[in-house]
Amino acid sequence: MAAATDGPTPCHRSVMGEPTTDGRFGEFGGRFVPETLVAACEELEAAFREAWADPAFVAEFETMLRDYGGRPSPLTECRNLSSQLGVRLLVKREDLNHTGSHKINNVIGQALLAQRMGKTRLVAETGAGQHGVATATAAALLGMECKVYMGAVDVDRQALNVFRMRLLGSEVESVQSGSRTLKDAVNEALRDWVATVENTHYCLGSVMGPHPYPWMVRTFHHILGDEAAAQCKDLTGGDPDMVVACVGGGSNAAGIFSGFADGDARLVGVEPAGGAAVGRGVPGVVHGMTSYLMQDEVGQVMEAESISAGLDYPGVGPEHAYLAAIGRAEYPSVTDDEVVEAFTLMSRAEGIIPALECAHALAWIVRAAPEIQGQTVLMNLSGRGDKDVDQMMDVLGMHGLSE
Amino acid sequence: MSEASPADRAGTFGALETHLRARRDSGAKLLVPYVTGGYQGWQRAVEAAAAAGADAIEIGVPFSDPVMDGPVIQQASTAALADGATPASVLEEARELDTGVPHAVMTYYNLCHHQGHERFASALLDAGVCAAILPDLPYVEAGPWLEAAAETGLEAILLAAPTTPEHRLADLCGASRGFVYAVGLLGVTGERTALARTATQIAARCLAVTDRPVLTGVGIGSPSQAVEACEVSDGVIIGSAVVRTLMSDGPEAVGELVASYRTALDHG
Ligand SMILES: Cc1ncc(COP(=O)(O)O)c(C=O)c1O
Repeated sequence: MAAATDGPTPCHRSVMGEPTTDGRFGEFGGRFVPETLVAACEELEAAFREAWADPAFVAEFETMLRDYGGRPSPLTECRNLSSQLGVRLLVKREDLNHTGSHKINNVIGQALLAQRMGKTRLVAETGAGQHGVATATAAALLGMECKVYMGAVDVDRQALNVFRMRLLGSEVESVQSGSRTLKDAVNEALRDWVATVENTHYCLGSVMGPHPYPWMVRTFHHILGDEAAAQCKDLTGGDPDMVVACVGGGSNAAGIFSGFADGDARLVGVEPAGGAAVGRGVPGVVHGMTSYLMQDEVGQVMEAESISAGLDYPGVGPEHAYLAAIGRAEYPSVTDDEVVEAFTLMSRAEGIIPALECAHALAWIVRAAPEIQGQTVLMNLSGRGDKDVDQMMDVLGMHGLSE
Repeated sequence: MSEASPADRAGTFGALETHLRARRDSGAKLLVPYVTGGYQGWQRAVEAAAAAGADAIEIGVPFSDPVMDGPVIQQASTAALADGATPASVLEEARELDTGVPHAVMTYYNLCHHQGHERFASALLDAGVCAAILPDLPYVEAGPWLEAAAETGLEAILLAAPTTPEHRLADLCGASRGFVYAVGLLGVTGERTALARTATQIAARCLAVTDRPVLTGVGIGSPSQAVEACEVSDGVIIGSAVVRTLMSDGPEAVGELVASYRTALDHG
């Protein structure tokens, strides 16, 4: 893999490079946190820069992702779907990582960094529970205390992951405020961090939040984009025609885009129709960043509504707002119904049950197929669907699709 | 500044700071209660607080994601929003208040960003509010807002935290207008059983670098804690205690609560 042999090179990329010193990607990003947390963000940025420049840290990170996380993840050519859709569909198998999604890359990076900074406790927010499970896993492995905030709505629809986190030794708090989903879990995690910043690291789960998180989290996910680029080259001799990933906060998309951003591949980030922050295109400031944000006419943040807990978020990472603004990436959205169809389609055609999140990416590919006949499409299969099976039993019954 | 801003024309720019400095210099300890705007009975609570000896009033404009607030103020904000409170409705109601003391608004930055800095500042001034506190807009990001507020004639109050590094503190206190809000502890709003040691430390650090009034807020839950904080600080902001009283016992009880703080600060 390129990343393993050449070492990380976060600064050489021109399109997805380092943000400005004040944490901006174009006009987006920044550090809009209570004064109490500004020093912690500065300290984190300094620690990350120092660690990432230290070959010993990077080697530990990559070794752990290999021996514990199961990297590199394979690239699978989906022959049945390819012939059904008339495209050449390649999927990056992040579902095969330990804990079942791409989230482990970022969490291993942050947990190692937190330990290096002398922090003994992790807090995290989670939507679908995948980031929470990954954080609880890293905390168990590294002997750290861990508390995960999860919206009450998500606690109900992702009960299996709640149990997993508790099994791993983490405390899970069901958040009752606001819309009781991911955005409120972020608020609660921030409130915790404001009070515990001296011994606690906030292990943020996506490319969002205050600087340096969007940049740091994307950097920990470069490995997946670099692997995918090398694997595509081996298999097809070059870059794919397009790279497609789902976008909640945008970490799996940022990871895979980073392997192709300076080439010619079309970059497509797929949002849920009920959480289309980029699609609506109104800038706002919440959770530490300026980015696109779903809000009402006076600026109250709106509740996202998606079948997928991991994408049920009214904002988006600032670098995606930037990539959209400069026209390098596009951000269409798909409906819950299209997602449910894609979820069953992939299960039956390929024997892979995808997470509902990345079923969004496939749903868009299915819709776009008539216009992209014959093209090579790389999709990030960001996670496995086991966590969603319980919820889908109800949904498919409702749609009359269960037989 | 090319032409006089609305507040300059009215001769009110700096009204909050002028008032607080005068009170401080006369030997008084400053008392600023916070009331969540739009919560049932909030206007009467503000008037009762002023009548009971508040030196200024902080009016909360409810926001969907109040990240610096603990459970009590969150609950009041959620209830006010559910009752249909909007920034415009709260300001409309604020305009009707006649308390004889300056009013400051406390809310979150997205409401200001969404409306536009100048329009937001003007809307506050039109409602008779002379200052604003935006707790999720730290000094390092506040430049454009500070400029717009000053040009419009609104006092932009900044927060200093126990974690604010020394190299930033003097600039921060210098840029804050109205007063300096010294965050008393690591944490969000809410009463605590004892005053945090950080409360007096941060107030002392601010006072060493500024002659503006320094008020301590976040975590003050009793008159005796207020007195303790004021051994160093110029005054206190009391939020959750006031809002909890408003929610459980109604607006008149807020007057009694504020009076108990006033008495303690004057004689304590
Ligand atoms: C499998 C999977 N994919 C994607 C996401 C969305 O996150 P992001 O947009 O940061 O990749 C989640 C979040 O929970 C997830 O579990």
